[in-house]
Amino acid sequence: MPPALAAALAPVRRPVLPALPVRAAGLALLLAVAFVAIPLTATDYWYNAILIPFLIMALAGLGLNLTMGYAGQASLGTGAFMAVGAYATYNLLLRLPELPLPVSLAGGGLIAGAVGLVVGLPSLRIKGFYLIAPTLAAQFLIEWVFNQVGWFSNYASSSAISAPRLVFLGYDLSSPAGRYALTLTSVSVVTVLAWRLVGSQTGRNWRAVRDGETAAAVIGVPVARAKLSAFFVGAAVSGVAGALWAFAYLGTVDARSFDLDRSFQAMFIIIIGGLSSLSGSFIGAAFIVLTPILLTHLSNALLGGSLDGGQISNLQRILFGALIIGFLIKEPNGLAALLGRLRHPAR
Amino acid sequence: MSRLSRVLGAAALAASLTAPFSLPSTAFAQEAGAPAAKQYIPLATYRVGAYASSGTPVWGGTIDYLRYLNEVEGGINGVKLTWEECETEWAVEKGVECYERLKGGRDGSPVPLFLPHGDPITKALTEKSAADKIPLLTTGYGRTEAIDGRVFPYSFTVLFSFWSEASSAINYIAEQVGGKDKLKGLKIATVYHDSPYGKETQVPLDLLAKTYGFENIQIAVPHPGNDQSAQWARIRQIKPDWVFLRGWGVMTAVAIKTAAKTGFPVDHIIGGIWSGSEEDVRPAGSVGKGYLAITPFPAGAEFGILKKIKAAIVDQGKSDLKDLKSFGSVYYNSGVIETIIAVEAIRTAQARFGKRPLTGEETQWGLEHLVLDEARLKELGADGLVQPLRLSIKDHEGGGAGKVLQWDGGKWNIVSNGWVKSDRELLLPVIYERAAAYAREKGITPRSEDTAEASAK
Repeated sequence: MPPALAAALAPVRRPVLPALPVRAAGLALLLAVAFVAIPLTATDYWYNAILIPFLIMALAGLGLNLTMGYAGQASLGTGAFMAVGAYATYNLLLRLPELPLPVSLAGGGLIAGAVGLVVGLPSLRIKGFYLIAPTLAAQFLIEWVFNQVGWFSNYASSSAISAPRLVFLGYDLSSPAGRYALTLTSVSVVTVLAWRLVGSQTGRNWRAVRDGETAAAVIGVPVARAKLSAFFVGAAVSGVAGALWAFAYLGTVDARSFDLDRSFQAMFIIIIGGLSSLSGSFIGAAFIVLTPILLTHLSNALLGGSLDGGQISNLQRILFGALIIGFLIKEPNGLAALLGRLRHPAR
Repeated sequence: MSRLSRVLGAAALAASLTAPFSLPSTAFAQEAGAPAAKQYIPLATYRVGAYASSGTPVWGGTIDYLRYLNEVEGGINGVKLTWEECETEWAVEKGVECYERLKGGRDGSPVPLFLPHGDPITKALTEKSAADKIPLLTTGYGRTEAIDGRVFPYSFTVLFSFWSEASSAINYIAEQVGGKDKLKGLKIATVYHDSPYGKETQVPLDLLAKTYGFENIQIAVPHPGNDQSAQWARIRQIKPDWVFLRGWGVMTAVAIKTAAKTGFPVDHIIGGIWSGSEEDVRPAGSVGKGYLAITPFPAGAEFGILKKIKAAIVDQGKSDLKDLKSFGSVYYNSGVIETIIAVEAIRTAQARFGKRPLTGEETQWGLEHLVLDEARLKELGADGLVQPLRLSIKDHEGGGAGKVLQWDGGKWNIVSNGWVKSDRELLLPVIYERAAAYAREKGITPRSEDTAEASAK
């Protein structure tokens, strides 16, 4: 394998994590803030523009992290899997309205997982970075299919879909707080499942395949099953994220909402946040999704009306790019590793 | 670094990161006047990104007209206007964030209406704005079904929807060939941007083809449309009589150049609204001469209101435009036109609710009862610029006509006989059906005309 590739897919240095009771306390605090403090204090703006997109892109990044970070299978198909999840959930909500909302959501995810499984078949022959090519093909093909085949969008004039009704146990979830509750619950459940999976034999198989496929095959790790399961689970998680993006965040989407830019965004999230790190997906999403908003607020507060909106926007992009370069130089393994190092500066 | 100082440092970082979100944004352009009596209008703009060249003249028109209103006419019935720009880059997430940040209003003035400027942003905001009771005003784009105000009380596709655009283009072609009965047997190819925006006209063209007997051929151009040799080679094979071009961004200029290269007569290409501006056709160069476009935003600087704006704002150096050549262009005029519609809606609502900053609900009433007849348009200096409009609960479009312009290499000339109307009697029943289907899917109860009047205070 060429040295550049080997370097790109080398095993990452795991961030040094604090002792278990401290971590548990930290996690409990985070969950308390997310489930209790925020619903009591947040405004519409916080829900609609900050928290919901952050959580959803973190979930999409998590899906890609399972495939690319833990199992080492490069993939630019995240946008396509999100699209499959969104359209599948839409069709389940539309055609099988008796199914409760979580079942439709999970069903959409599983269908996305099945598509991911098919897209992942080339990984059995193609290794490393070159695997990007078939996933890229899948990204374009799936976006095209949803654009062309009217059945998926119920023959809407512009192949746009929007959730029929977001109702669960009699509660209407279409308010910002309701959509936040739906997003937070889904993200929490899926993250817990991912965490269990990563710690299980499947997760160990993934890491073995990533770190040394030949060695793994020699010692008896089922390599093909590991790769395909990585694609299946990663795509399923991204599918759930796509369904939430369509219905809990935007309300109405069409195939172009899940284009190549979305796949790149997910990849940047996990590269900046930290490959093979669950918390890295969240940190990366916070950086990629929220920093532009933060820069907008800061520039409004500091610069006022002295520059026009276009110039401010360009300055923000320069600053954003500089921050990314700075962080990656300081810690190539991502922000999660950087934060881990801050706890133990000696290492 | 001691542990304490690290913890304090982390806390300070966290506080400084969250503080800006709770501070209100302080940037906005302000005109002098009594603070409490000003109507605030948020402007979702895009001056950055792939479509910036199309967007910048629009904001020029909008802001120049608002400045003119404030300085020369003293606002709307004495209520001056303030506005704030929010950069969306024509991207959905930023558009949604802008809307959420600005929808609360400012300085005691609520938001009367919102102009999303972008098809994806419009779709994402449709339900949110209905829940927040802020009308979305989309002129020359937006959801066609929103014409049915019984299902879409807070979405207003005013002036010219995409279905009307298709129908008006066909009617202009009919005028050129000597009548609607001569359409039978004609071949009309639509070269469209392969996106929901581009596909919006497939259904109406299908319907019109069945009605008038012409052959409707649809040819897709994948985004962004930099290379259209395959599509125009196919057109060379098919030899249609007319081509209807529904482009956006670079696609239009490339289409015109490729058409000229393959030998298709450019004066038989009719571009749609968003393929019909100076920025779209200038890059094609000299081969663009003769290119036609149908638009509800006629180009030209001779209209009464534009002359007034020129004298009071542009010549005084107060224009928002950095490139004054864009004055009177199609997109500049589109900014003036949509702002005229918004202002007249607010004026209509003020007549009922009082001369003060109005809420979204009150402006919605104003929009639904907006009447811009020839007399009023003459008063405004906008006759010939804005078509006569009459909105109602069952007709949020109000007009549905466009003018056909022809490019002569340097500027647009109006070649149609006044406003080319669309076949509304044919299209409205289908639009109402689609709106009803949407209502069924979403569980919305359509308003009836009596409940609408009763609910307006």
